[in-house]
Amino acid sequence: MIAATAWLLLGVAGLILVPRLPAISKPVFLLGALVGVLVGATALGFLGAPAETAVLVIGLPDLPFHLRLDNLTAIFTLILGFASAGISLYATGYFHSGHDRPSGLLCLEYHLFLGSMLMVLLADDAYAFMVAWELMALSSYFLVTTDHAIPEIRRAGFLYLLMAHVGAVSLLLCFGVLQGGHGAYTFAYMRQAQMTPYWASIAFLLALFGFGAKAGLVPVHVWLPEAHPAAPSPVSALMSGIMLKTAIYGLLRVTFDLLHLQISWWGSLTLALGLITALYGVIFAAVQSDMKRLLAWSSIENIGIILAGFGLTVIFSADGKGMLAALALTATLYHAVNHAFFKGLLFVGTGSVLHATGTRQMGGLGGLIRTMPWTAWLTLIGALAIAGLPPLNGFVSEWLLLQAFLLTPGLHQNYLNMVIPVAAASVALAAALAAYVMVKFYGVVFLGQPRDPSLKDAHEAGWLQRLGMIWLALGCILLGLLPTQFIGWMAPTVKQLTGQSLVNDGSWLMLAPVNAERASYSPLIFLAVVLVALALTFLFVRKVYHGRVRRADPWDCGFPEQTPRMQDSAEGFGQPIRQIFQAFMRVERETPTPFDRTPHYHGASVDKIWTLLYLPIARVAGWLSEQAGRLQHGRIQWYLIYSFATLIFLLVFTQ
Amino acid sequence: MTTGILLQIAQTLLAILVAPLLLGWTNQCRAWLQGRSAPPITQPYRVMRKLFHKDAVIAHTASPLFRFAPYMVFACMALAAGIVPMIANDLPFSPAADAIALVGVFALARVFLALAAMDIGTSFGTLGARREMMVSFLAEPALLMVFFTASLISQSTQLPHIVDTLAHRQFAIYPSLAFAGVAFWMVSVAENARIPVDNPTTHLELTMIHEAMILEYSARHLALIEWAVAIKLFTYSALGIALFLPWGIAPTGNYGALPLALLALAVKMAGGGFVLAFMETISAKMRLFRVPEFLGTAFLLAVLGMLIHFLLEV
Repeated sequence: MIAATAWLLLGVAGLILVPRLPAISKPVFLLGALVGVLVGATALGFLGAPAETAVLVIGLPDLPFHLRLDNLTAIFTLILGFASAGISLYATGYFHSGHDRPSGLLCLEYHLFLGSMLMVLLADDAYAFMVAWELMALSSYFLVTTDHAIPEIRRAGFLYLLMAHVGAVSLLLCFGVLQGGHGAYTFAYMRQAQMTPYWASIAFLLALFGFGAKAGLVPVHVWLPEAHPAAPSPVSALMSGIMLKTAIYGLLRVTFDLLHLQISWWGSLTLALGLITALYGVIFAAVQSDMKRLLAWSSIENIGIILAGFGLTVIFSADGKGMLAALALTATLYHAVNHAFFKGLLFVGTGSVLHATGTRQMGGLGGLIRTMPWTAWLTLIGALAIAGLPPLNGFVSEWLLLQAFLLTPGLHQNYLNMVIPVAAASVALAAALAAYVMVKFYGVVFLGQPRDPSLKDAHEAGWLQRLGMIWLALGCILLGLLPTQFIGWMAPTVKQLTGQSLVNDGSWLMLAPVNAERASYSPLIFLAVVLVALALTFLFVRKVYHGRVRRADPWDCGFPEQTPRMQDSAEGFGQPIRQIFQAFMRVERETPTPFDRTPHYHGASVDKIWTLLYLPIARVAGWLSEQAGRLQHGRIQWYLIYSFATLIFLLVFTQ
Repeated sequence: MTTGILLQIAQTLLAILVAPLLLGWTNQCRAWLQGRSAPPITQPYRVMRKLFHKDAVIAHTASPLFRFAPYMVFACMALAAGIVPMIANDLPFSPAADAIALVGVFALARVFLALAAMDIGTSFGTLGARREMMVSFLAEPALLMVFFTASLISQSTQLPHIVDTLAHRQFAIYPSLAFAGVAFWMVSVAENARIPVDNPTTHLELTMIHEAMILEYSARHLALIEWAVAIKLFTYSALGIALFLPWGIAPTGNYGALPLALLALAVKMAGGGFVLAFMETISAKMRLFRVPEFLGTAFLLAVLGMLIHFLLEV
């Protein structure tokens, strides 16, 4: 709470001071990063302790804010604190001028956003929760529309605001159901409400829709690929890495804490939706040519994987398999933490590229590993981690999740037994496609030859930005190498939600959920062996090989006029995916004729859900408001008649 | 424990050293089947020796990633060779990395090679990387499904446990494993860049996948990659043997069975190499966009194998 206030104060201080003293903006963001570390450390220190509650007398009279810090809150606060520390550090170097908004206001919004996310996590009554939730939505809306002079960004911001509020309405209804007729909106009362499975299911579905709209669950994901590219990069990193996690937090809070029962089909539904989201997200990520949009779609994929893990947890939990539920929940939480770090890293990495080159289109980039080595190598860590490659962190959570999938044969329902390991196939497919996406992203942006001559003078990120990236990359590496440590920290949260904690059967070196006979993985030994093998290979080659190294032009295949434009463009690299998964998307292409003097190519793959679901809804809404608009003539006589008719109607009706 | 570690190191070294022999043997078989006069079985060693004695030529535009990738690929393959039980089931390293991690190791090597291919910035490199990643994203889930079927039977994802269970079961027909076996064969053909998915001897731009990626490599770097390719083929063969023909692999602690295990491995590998050469002789390389169908079939077969496991064998 103190931290939230601290962030708030920093924001206000920034607002007041920055316009007068531009030099102050750096220390403010630095302090924000420091607060982040403190928040993370406090949460870490808290884990395992009994819940603490507090009542704040702010808000309406007789309606104070209730706050509560328990293990579930603590683990997400940990993500918020540590991941935001890296991003704030990066933001210190990133936000100079060049945005439309004065940076004092930006500073306020940024810290308000951080503070409101913390409030969402801490809130212990529906009132405080909704206030914090709205504050989070609004502050991030203003951050998204930082460059509001550009019409696309205004449009993206509007879509984001709209979806956020559709989701918020659903959450409001969900809390309405959860209070179960008491009229008391504190979470403490909701925990005691005994609901029939019917009403509990309605509450769950409302929560799934409301939080799903925030998290980017297909089909309510459409705002995500629009809003994330529009926002400044540190804000994209915060939104993708942390804000989406608050939705996961909410879903966990409602399902495992506020509702007293879990029903198996909730899990099956979420699992199915999660897998669809994961595949849908990764397929669209593969065909994007805007690097931030690519990352936004990849966030949808990761949210899908997290929700699949969540669904599996519900299934196990409803079946009374506490141990397996603990495993699935650990995988889910682990992936949530991982995603905050690697997606944060990738987004700030693209921020540096954007800053240095001024373009987000991958078709205009290339070869940046030579001009921006720090950014390139640090981003490589993030790319390998998100592709789920050992020994980095993405692999750990995917490994845990696959283990959970493989343990389903213990379930009582036969059909679930059969279907769920097959669902593991979709997780495997999504993970393999994620590697494709990352090779595309990294290869096109950082490797190869510059596609534009001006890229030769792209400048490296500043040292503060580098420090921010190093912090996040370090998170990826440590989460990958010391999984037993992190799982130990998650244990109290897992125990709080599922009643059991995951027992590690191995030593601190060896990650072995369930039992060591069944499966184990040790990233440290793995890394050590890879390094030893590398060193031995290197020494061996040194010993055997005495030839020199000569530099020459790349082989041109007998055609001397090779240009950098002959490399695969982003569209070209996505072509196999477009061809294989044609059914999901509508491809819009303008190809030049052979006689064009200045050939221009444009290609976009449009989400079919947008045309099939949203445009009809928008059309219906437009039509309805048009009809309602007919009432409005601007003549006072008509309005008086309306009032009169309403009065008559009410009189008749009340009799 | 010490003997276990020694055995582990010996087995891994054996795999690394003998791997090119399997490649040579396969090439020899293929030459015989196609009525050509065969190169000696040691030809891959000679090629590598030649490459290790040449001057390396590297493009001006190459970044350190390009020079690092061959070492990484080689180290990954050596690691993979250390995970798969070949002659003994007693592998102290195997608890550190199970079947899923093995898939991860292959993916790591592949991603590095694909990134290195894109590093130079020629059209061939990117083309190869794109095709390789396409083949792999289809093959990888199928491979995982095969492992899942095997691990559902043996209740473990650790390869020594899987081999132990499969080798000591009653000799009965497991239909799920039959499906998984066919799927595994198709995946290994694709992953090792063999006909009908890719042709290791071609340099025709319309068809090549793997060769397009390594076009810019020369001398020691190329030698390392060629060697890694040989180890990969050897490891995949050993994996197939361990999953589907595990008889003869020495169980933990039984050192007397080692010579027999070695013999069994040699015989099985020779047979496998011959079958591979035979299949390559009777089939033609397929069009690139037939490959998704081929691998889709493999994936479906693997999934079917798993479903059959649930329907018939639980």
